Amino acid sequence: MSHATINLTLKIWRQPNAETKGRFEEYKLEGVSTHASFLEMLDILNDELIEKGEEPVAFDHDCREGVCGMCGMMINGQAHGPDNETTTCQLHMRRFQHNDKITIEPWRATAFPVVKDLVVDRTAFDRIITAGGYVSVNTGNAPDANAIPIPRKDQQKAMDAASCIGCGACVAACKNASAMLFTSAKVSQLALLPHGKSERSERVLKMVAKMDEEQFGSCTNTGECEAACPAGISLDNIARMNREYLKATLCSNES
Amino acid sequence: MAIAELSISNILDSKIPDGPIQDKWDKCKFDLKLVNPSNKRKFNIIVVGTGLAGGAAAATLGELGYNVKSFCIQDSPRRAHSIAAQGGINAAKNYPNDGDSIWRLFYDTVKGGDFRSREANVYRLAQVSNNIIDQCTAQGVPFAREYGGFLMNRSFGGAQVSRTFYCRGQTGQQLLLGAYQSLMRQVSAGKVNIYSRREMLDVIIIDGKARGIITRNLVTGEFETHTADAVVLATGGYGNAWYLSTNGNGSNVTAAWRCHKKGAFFANPCFTQIHPTCIPRSGDYQSKLTLMSESLRNDGRVWVPKREDDNRPAKDIPDNERDYYLERRYPSFGNLAPRDIASRAAKLECDKGHGVNDTGQAVYLDFRDAIARDGEDVIRSKYGNLFHMYKKITGDDPYHVPMQIYPAVHYTMGGLWVDYHLQTTIPGLYALGEANFSDHGANRLGASALMQGLADGYFVIPYTIGDHLARHSFEKISEDHDACKEAMENVKGRVNKIMSIGGNRTPNQFHKELGGILWDYAGMERTKAGLETAIEKVQGLRSEFWEDLKIVGKNEELNQVLEKAGRVADYMEFAELIATDALNREESCGGHFRAEHQTADNEAMRHDDEFAYVAAWEFNGVGEKPSLHKEQLEFENVPLATRSYK
Repeated sequence: MSHATINLTLKIWRQPNAETKGRFEEYKLEGVSTHASFLEMLDILNDELIEKGEEPVAFDHDCREGVCGMCGMMINGQAHGPDNETTTCQLHMRRFQHNDKITIEPWRATAFPVVKDLVVDRTAFDRIITAGGYVSVNTGNAPDANAIPIPRKDQQKAMDAASCIGCGACVAACKNASAMLFTSAKVSQLALLPHGKSERSERVLKMVAKMDEEQFGSCTNTGECEAACPAGISLDNIARMNREYLKATLCSNES
Repeated sequence: MAIAELSISNILDSKIPDGPIQDKWDKCKFDLKLVNPSNKRKFNIIVVGTGLAGGAAAATLGELGYNVKSFCIQDSPRRAHSIAAQGGINAAKNYPNDGDSIWRLFYDTVKGGDFRSREANVYRLAQVSNNIIDQCTAQGVPFAREYGGFLMNRSFGGAQVSRTFYCRGQTGQQLLLGAYQSLMRQVSAGKVNIYSRREMLDVIIIDGKARGIITRNLVTGEFETHTADAVVLATGGYGNAWYLSTNGNGSNVTAAWRCHKKGAFFANPCFTQIHPTCIPRSGDYQSKLTLMSESLRNDGRVWVPKREDDNRPAKDIPDNERDYYLERRYPSFGNLAPRDIASRAAKLECDKGHGVNDTGQAVYLDFRDAIARDGEDVIRSKYGNLFHMYKKITGDDPYHVPMQIYPAVHYTMGGLWVDYHLQTTIPGLYALGEANFSDHGANRLGASALMQGLADGYFVIPYTIGDHLARHSFEKISEDHDACKEAMENVKGRVNKIMSIGGNRTPNQFHKELGGILWDYAGMERTKAGLETAIEKVQGLRSEFWEDLKIVGKNEELNQVLEKAGRVADYMEFAELIATDALNREESCGGHFRAEHQTADNEAMRHDDEFAYVAAWEFNGVGEKPSLHKEQLEFENVPLATRSYK
């Protein structure tokens, strides 16, 4: 691993809180190792800002290994930046050039209000899950895990859908700020598995209704969400949710 | 500090039920007093942390009918660091018909813990392990399946049977989301309220019982009083005391440490697992270390250049100038030497100047020979996803250049002391999962952390907490109670103090320096002199911290610098206890290696006559000597024996 360093101009969205209007600020950052991750680059900027007595840039992050879903920002207009299936924390500075100008913004969506700088409120996702994204089984009720065989292909598809990390990149990338990819991933996972089948009609109706109530936009199948998703969640899930929804409205006892 | 000056006692009551080990949990459950179903709604319970243990506990307590307040520091309960666990979860199902049993899982775990865990707790863990798999499957956790639709198992370290259930390389994520969904179901039912972006900063104690917590709202800076009838702590481990670890950046010791300062004993803080195969530091800016699965050592060969400070690219170093030091030193185990041995050996080579990469803190894990032997396709099918992740982080392609690895702090076996009910030494305060000490002894086996977190949350605390609630009376308390006001003042005072220092160094800089001290003197190899130095240096750094810390912004806003400073302030106190415990334990066992206590061929040397006990420390003030309380460990079912790797 050889070490190169690059100088950057960062144009970053600064907003003190939800009530105050935000604006872009420019920062120069020099000598950034190309082996640093994108968030480590921001750490370096922040330590410099603190030393100068200025407010550091607030951003959400935790596991820094691509699975917790806490980090996420628009980097030059792309959710999580230029790499496919890569969260912001797994993006590295070797992807950028010396003297690049990088624009960094928070997720932009009515349903994700800005809390501060690059931090947004994604609790709308929690409320969509609360509306029905679960199997109603109390602890202790479960039969033996091998009592119901699950065809491997169903388990694999369920696992593909369950890999969603709940970061919100799909919403941020969508011109309508739709949450269809997120919601459909959970609907799909549970509809594909036998344990989730008894509530499948009720689940899809409630989750879709909650999604609309939270002011996420409509889906027009342009696929920006799939392209931005760091967990590789496929548009097939949206198709599957649409089928589930149709079945629930036309062929079930749910109203 | 000389250990002889410590005050020592044996006052701990572990509440282990009498009788044969197979019957203890049943006996305990029968003896526990019950809370009538219609009375459960009269009790309020606080659960801090929403990982596997906390999420499972809050959901299950809600299902039972209690009113639960669930707290997490992240924006959502789905983010807790349990989510990053890769490998799997153990259970004694014996689906592969290969000789597994509850007894064998119990035996392997006690032995793997190098005989420093509590037999009764470990047996219960093995007993409920099967229920966990059933429960998670019913929640919709997509465990790997065979073509016939039945569950699949794989092998893991420390066991000769296949008992590990898994969801690709994301088992922790799937189990956590299962618990999270159960939790959100209780939110929907009105039994659980979620308080996200809240940090617990103190515990409220009234009449000797835990009755609430003080939190800081991380968005507004508001300090809040939350009262309850019992408090459950599921706040994870303290690996980030070392600054660099495989933990999430937010993982911290603050909640546990604040409880310790209020009277909860802290057990075995020196027991830390350092995992040998992590992606090494590449520079000073590094904020975390990422684990690469141990399974890579099945085909990769570990080596360093024989010549010190050899800067040639790996491919230009001929075989006779490479030192395959694990194969040389441990011919029978070779590259598959146990975690603690492999970690220490890597450190030794780097300390001698043979380390590679710009920092000199890395060794090679080379697949050249395996690729030549089996072909690239075979290696890709076994490790493709790991090679991909490695390339994403380092930019190097392991099919063509060797991986670079180095050990990193991964998991902490120590934690708050708890009895068989998972109750700390403060009545009404419970600790679950990595936050307690009880099940893994001095070394945790792979795929056991997920098992313990969910066992504690789904199947232990829902029973034992009722006993506390049923046996005591709980007067109604308001936020104006003197104890609440005192805890509130205490928290505000500390935050104000941090805000008013006005120095020059950032919290991150202090944290990095503290981590360096712990890594150098309380890391993979410890000595008496080194630990004494560590204590001195930590004390010195702590003084500097309180004089030279720089904070910007104010309390009444989202202030990540202040959050970090509060956590670093607690590490500054806690680090001294780690070193004190390591100094007291004059033996080597599991992850704790004291250089003075090793055999002629560098194996760990336990001293069962003197140290077969849990060291539970009582807080006596910052910078004051803590008191040592010993819980003697009895091994009636798994006879004490030396772990051998020969």
